[in-house]
Amino acid sequence: MNKKTKQKIAFTVFRILSLIVVGILFWILGFIIYRGIGVISWKFLTTAPTDGMTGGGIFPAIVGTLCLVAGSIVLAFPIGVMSGIYINEYAGNGWLVKFIRIMTNNLGSIPSVVFGLFGMSLFVNTFKFGDSIIAGSFTLGLLILPLIIRTTEEALKAIPDSYRTGSYALGATKLQTIIRVTLPMAFPNIVTGLILSIGRVSGETAPILFTVAAYFLPKLPHSIFDQVMALPYHLYVIATGGTDIEATRPIAYGTALVLILIVLLMNISANVLRRYFGKKVKTH
Amino acid sequence: MRKLFKRVFERIIEGLLTLSGGITSFAILLIVIFLFKEGAGLFQSPDVEKGYVLAVNATNPVEHLDAKQIKEIFDYEFTDWQSVGGKDEEIKPFRFDEIFSLYSEEEFGEDYALLPEKLGETIAQNSGIIAFIPEMYAPKDNISVKILPAKNILFSEFFTGKEWMPTATPSPQFGVFPLILGTLWVSIAAILIALPLGLGVAIYMSELAGERTRKLLKPTIELLAGIPSVVYGFFGLVVLVPMIQKTLNLSVGETALAGSIILAIMALPTIITIAEDSMRNTPLSMREASLALGATDWQTIYRVIVPYAASGITAAVVLGVGRAIGETMAVLMVTGNAAIIPHSLFESVRTIPATIAAELGEAPTGGVHYQALFMLGCILFIITMIISILSEFISRKQQNKGL
Repeated sequence: MNKKTKQKIAFTVFRILSLIVVGILFWILGFIIYRGIGVISWKFLTTAPTDGMTGGGIFPAIVGTLCLVAGSIVLAFPIGVMSGIYINEYAGNGWLVKFIRIMTNNLGSIPSVVFGLFGMSLFVNTFKFGDSIIAGSFTLGLLILPLIIRTTEEALKAIPDSYRTGSYALGATKLQTIIRVTLPMAFPNIVTGLILSIGRVSGETAPILFTVAAYFLPKLPHSIFDQVMALPYHLYVIATGGTDIEATRPIAYGTALVLILIVLLMNISANVLRRYFGKKVKTH
Repeated sequence: MRKLFKRVFERIIEGLLTLSGGITSFAILLIVIFLFKEGAGLFQSPDVEKGYVLAVNATNPVEHLDAKQIKEIFDYEFTDWQSVGGKDEEIKPFRFDEIFSLYSEEEFGEDYALLPEKLGETIAQNSGIIAFIPEMYAPKDNISVKILPAKNILFSEFFTGKEWMPTATPSPQFGVFPLILGTLWVSIAAILIALPLGLGVAIYMSELAGERTRKLLKPTIELLAGIPSVVYGFFGLVVLVPMIQKTLNLSVGETALAGSIILAIMALPTIITIAEDSMRNTPLSMREASLALGATDWQTIYRVIVPYAASGITAAVVLGVGRAIGETMAVLMVTGNAAIIPHSLFESVRTIPATIAAELGEAPTGGVHYQALFMLGCILFIITMIISILSEFISRKQQNKGL
């Protein structure tokens, strides 16, 4: 066989493989959107489940997920950004920063169910928080910490050193330079990390199974020590439990669609932000 | 004065920054402490249900039984004391509630005060008996009754045991072997599916696609990584499982195969992104040299670029395996979760993370079952740590490959 023909065959195969992967994504998205779109209505989004979860909406689960997103971001975002600043601006290039980086990577590679076990042992049992928003937020916060640290680090790394030296030359201290120059410039990219974490937190199930998620709880939480329902756990429960499949399936499709929409929205806005500000920084 | 205040303030902030730099190391330390603290308790727990003892007739020469033997006895698998090293005599398993059919309510006296005595009587009368009774009712000071000493659950039993029956009485079985095997089956099959697909896409993205296609493809792949695992699980449950059941003519569609396919899709983004990155890092001079020698683009790809990126691709595979091993919800929803040693991909399997997620809710806090699940968490933790460090090591090798 001629080497040109071989190349043609190989390249066609790669094109087809790429099409398959894209096809899989659109198949999954399309399937859930197609089945779920008819279920979603204002009523579905704003009422509690009724009739033993065979009717009604998913309002408490949406509220629960919002609480968890807010809680984990409040806990993890500031400390993650600070950690990123330390790694990129202060730590230098020695063994310490290498060690920290490895640890951050390791934390990011721990399976989510292990975070669930840890959260249960430390926050639920040792700190006696019980199954609560705060226990879940701490657990999820730890889970997204590596993501926030890494995006902060990348964002800061992208700022050219000339800006820093310029600031020093004007007599600013290192901290002033970070607060007034580096951080504001890196901020849009840091926010991308924040947005991606929101998407991640809204979809995680295993860490909240034993730290916060309630099977069925129609009332809304009153304090951070309350249990809540959450979208991903709700989807798991109604997809696998229950005997009346014909009644619960539509609710499952609706819940899955809401989850996917959140993730889609977060991913797209992160991308838009990245692209918009990515250009802006370069042409500065 | 103001200047001094400002400098102190700056020092404090910088101190805080330094502290937060250590947050991930601290978190990992905490995770290790708490996982292992709860998990290690397993090996200090008796292999018979807490609060119960096993009693035999004093003439019985058997001194101790391990968890497996106890289970076989109470399952009527072993029927002769010879099979556990005793006399040639029939084993008569005796559960506590059977005592109430032997004696009337009045015979136990007030507040069941005579219950231990009656138990002692029963045990003394049957030389082949083995009685599973609460510790508080165990007959004391009865010379014809021998209480078998409680033994701790053994490390080796845990890892080599072939049965996972955490709620069996009198002796729960914690053999993780089928779970480890199930996890490996599903993950390795997933990578075998994902690797050719992912590598193909990575080559397409780094070598063939134009800038515009690449800009469209990259967010698409990222989106694939962003879909929550529970949604993948749901999709697998309603689409893939029935499809597998129908096309392969199986009685149930919840198989290792379904788990592997879903996991393969979930591992794709990791593999594609890392493999593509390392291929794009191939120095231009190497490509040009190859092309100048008259090689076609394709020859350059598989003779120069792929070998150059080999360690990056390996790192991608290792990380993909890591992701697959730890994945919980999707696998839990589509593999059927039978804790048996798998023989083919078309059988139901149960993985370690799925076991934790499915059972922790029912395991009483601090109990043996709870500890066993934490031990599973420790195993998962160790595996993923090894994988993470391994991939770090491999990709560092890639970085050092300067020209």
